[in-house]
Amino acid sequence: MSQLPPLSNTGFLRWTWRQLTSMKTALVLLFLLALASVPGSIYPQRGVDPIKVREYITNNPTWGPTLDRLGFFEVYSSPWFSAIYLLLFISLIGCVLPRVGVHLRAMRSAPPSAPRVLDRLAGTRTFETTAPASQVLQIASQALRKHKWRVVSGPESSPEWVAAEKGYLRETGNLVFHIALLFVLAAIAIGGLFGWKGNVIVREGSSFSDTLTQYDAWGGGRYTNAQDLPPFTFTLDKFTVDFERGVAQRGAPRAFEAEVSYKTDPAATRQHALVEVNEPLVIGGAKVFLVGHGYAPIVKVTDKSGKEIFNDAVPFLPQDGMFTSTGVVKIPDSTPQLGLQALFLPTAALDQIRGPHSTFPGPDDPALFMSAWKGNLGLDAGTPQSVYRLVTDKMSRIGLEQLKVGESWKLPDGSGTVTFVGFKRWASFQIASDPGKEIALLFVAIAILGLSLSLFIRRRRVWVKVITRDGVTVIQIAGIMRTSTFEDEDIGVLAEDLDVVEQALIAADVVRGNPKEER
Amino acid sequence: MSPESLARMSNVAIYSSMLALAFAMFAFAASFAGGRRKPANVIVTSEVSSGGTAVITKTELPVAEPGRKAANIGISLSWLAFALLLAGVVLRGVWAGRAPWGNMYEFSITAALGVLGVYLIANTRVDLRWLGLFVVIPVLLTLGVAVTVLYTEAAQLVPALKSYWLVIHVLAAIICSGAFTIAAATAGLSLVRDRAEKRGNVDGPLSSRIPDAERLRALTNKTLAFAFPLWTFTVVAGAIWAENAWGRYWGWDPKETWAFITWVVYAAYLHARSTAGWRGNKASIIAIAGWVAFLMNYFGVNFLANSLHSYAGVGS
Ligand code: HEM
Repeated sequence: MSQLPPLSNTGFLRWTWRQLTSMKTALVLLFLLALASVPGSIYPQRGVDPIKVREYITNNPTWGPTLDRLGFFEVYSSPWFSAIYLLLFISLIGCVLPRVGVHLRAMRSAPPSAPRVLDRLAGTRTFETTAPASQVLQIASQALRKHKWRVVSGPESSPEWVAAEKGYLRETGNLVFHIALLFVLAAIAIGGLFGWKGNVIVREGSSFSDTLTQYDAWGGGRYTNAQDLPPFTFTLDKFTVDFERGVAQRGAPRAFEAEVSYKTDPAATRQHALVEVNEPLVIGGAKVFLVGHGYAPIVKVTDKSGKEIFNDAVPFLPQDGMFTSTGVVKIPDSTPQLGLQALFLPTAALDQIRGPHSTFPGPDDPALFMSAWKGNLGLDAGTPQSVYRLVTDKMSRIGLEQLKVGESWKLPDGSGTVTFVGFKRWASFQIASDPGKEIALLFVAIAILGLSLSLFIRRRRVWVKVITRDGVTVIQIAGIMRTSTFEDEDIGVLAEDLDVVEQALIAADVVRGNPKEER
Repeated sequence: MSPESLARMSNVAIYSSMLALAFAMFAFAASFAGGRRKPANVIVTSEVSSGGTAVITKTELPVAEPGRKAANIGISLSWLAFALLLAGVVLRGVWAGRAPWGNMYEFSITAALGVLGVYLIANTRVDLRWLGLFVVIPVLLTLGVAVTVLYTEAAQLVPALKSYWLVIHVLAAIICSGAFTIAAATAGLSLVRDRAEKRGNVDGPLSSRIPDAERLRALTNKTLAFAFPLWTFTVVAGAIWAENAWGRYWGWDPKETWAFITWVVYAAYLHARSTAGWRGNKASIIAIAGWVAFLMNYFGVNFLANSLHSYAGVGS
């Protein structure tokens, strides 16, 4: 790259193209790609954990926004990251396509005739025999053909040499590998443009139908048709979990499975399936994955007169491995409106330092700790509100209480009664469709195959030359490696190739072993 | 057999393996001290002809007489250590009733097994006795960290890890860890030797005992040519597993990111060895960088990052 670019326009373009498609540029771009990937493992990423990103920016008011503007929280879709891999792939196309032509021509052309003097090649083997030259050449070319070499001999009038070449698959493999990488990238792009994925929490006994409004979160690619989701529905019939009870890793999940019944479309018959962590359910081109679970305490609220104004299972979000869960119950249908901020503890414990918390994720001793608020829930302000947060700006607290299953709490201001009826479990599902993933897998497999060919096969040439002098035929065998990365590795390979010819000549009794070796 | 005795036997096997390795280390060190390499009795001729370069000479790399005996003892002890370690890992699996790859302790003892196994098997094909010291030391360190810092009682797997893709993915990763480590060792030694050769003095205590730089580079290349396709496969198997478990095959989780970085760095290595001006020390440095990226993934991410893959089972 030390050369200065020429000044004319086309000259400059050609110069740029040559630089871009040089091996050195590819190397530099690969480095840059590796380097540019690093920040994504250091800073929280929006695509992985948007909440952490928000926290990070709030906690770092000086650097946070700047990093955000530079794309450090969305590294893998940032302009600089994209620029690097796009340049790399342009370079790849520019590098590989011309080589396809060269290689096709090489495969069709005959191996080149022997150099005038073979003695100069390292490792040349020389033998002497009384057998006629034509027989020697015939034995040699037969042996080489049997070992899948491409063989020619010449000159036509009275053959004096055999030339053979082998290992074309190396370059084929290399080209297949690089081109397959292009297709993998294309398949990933297809997935990104046409795929979609969403998350939803479903309580035991509840149903889900695959429409946009039912998702808690949903995202699709630029060309995804959100009106056209596969019309399946499913019901979470039962959810079972099992936790480690031994001392080691106590509380770690051991098994969870969701029994669901589903219909591929509203008119279809109902089917049953078991969804487990490594066993997604495949319906209508989408896959339903079990990704999480938690508790939904059932809360009943009656007003002053004893009339039921609320009775439902409300999903709470687990905060730690022991399933200390937080959640909010909003009761807009009372005057004034009521809200409960609550903590659900599957195995309740209370201490000075940690306050109320759970000591085991299974429901050994469930309890509900809550504070009750009254006032205005702020639901009609127009801004969407999280179902997991109580906006208490226009509310006042009326009391604190803890309940076991079946217990009730008469609110201190007499506005009603709260009962902790029991709990259900919920499961969260990720539902995704990625039309590119099978294509990507196919081309990855092709790429690995091509890569192996290109790394394990060596391209080499072998020549056998005969000169008849005074009734004695002098035979010379030599070869070269066409693509040699580290000379030392190739030593054995070429020696074995020459052995093929030598052994054939020995077997035919044309020469005896132990030739004069020349260096 | 009761679980407790299985556990005890696994631990005993692993401690015995460490003991055997410690002796192997002394044997290799003694071999090192005793055996300066004779000047290599090989003539590597290479001549440029119309089509390329030809080299046909069988290389013999003798370990000098006094060192050879010790080196052979080192190899035998390493095989013993390998057998004991294999027993320890298998017993651990029997005890837990699953593939023994559920936490960092288990990953580490299996990785140590992988490094040792790749070295010993490679040694049956190419004489690598001189490399013994540089393999045994990291293996012993890994085991030391495993039994002291990382030790965890066996327990069942969290559901995300219950998949046969785990077995395939981790098995491939462990073989790669062996190959990457050996390649890093040969690459590092090639740098040392190269410097000595450039100074025209290869009589130094280290450089006189290792093969010449070109051969070390060739060994690095061969090891990585084997490991790179396997690592590609490892990453893909991981992606398939992730797709099954979490519904996406690639999510730029820190573990995935570092697997990708490792892959790209080694791809750069493979390019470098056929790029003019990069074949020598630069390629060796890239090979070491790839290993560092691999280690980042193995240790860094498990401890530091908050990742879906954080199942180290340490501390809790
Ligand atoms: C996505 C980016 C790329 C990746 C992951 C990649 C990967 C690889 C790998 C693993 C090899 C080793 C296989 C072998 O030795 O035959 C290789 C070889 C090669 N690559 Fe690439 N490559 C990329 C882009 C490029 C580009 C842009 C060029 C052109 C400038 C290029 C040119 C070559 C050539 C000429 C070889 C053959 C080297 C040899 O004969 O040993 N590659 N590549």
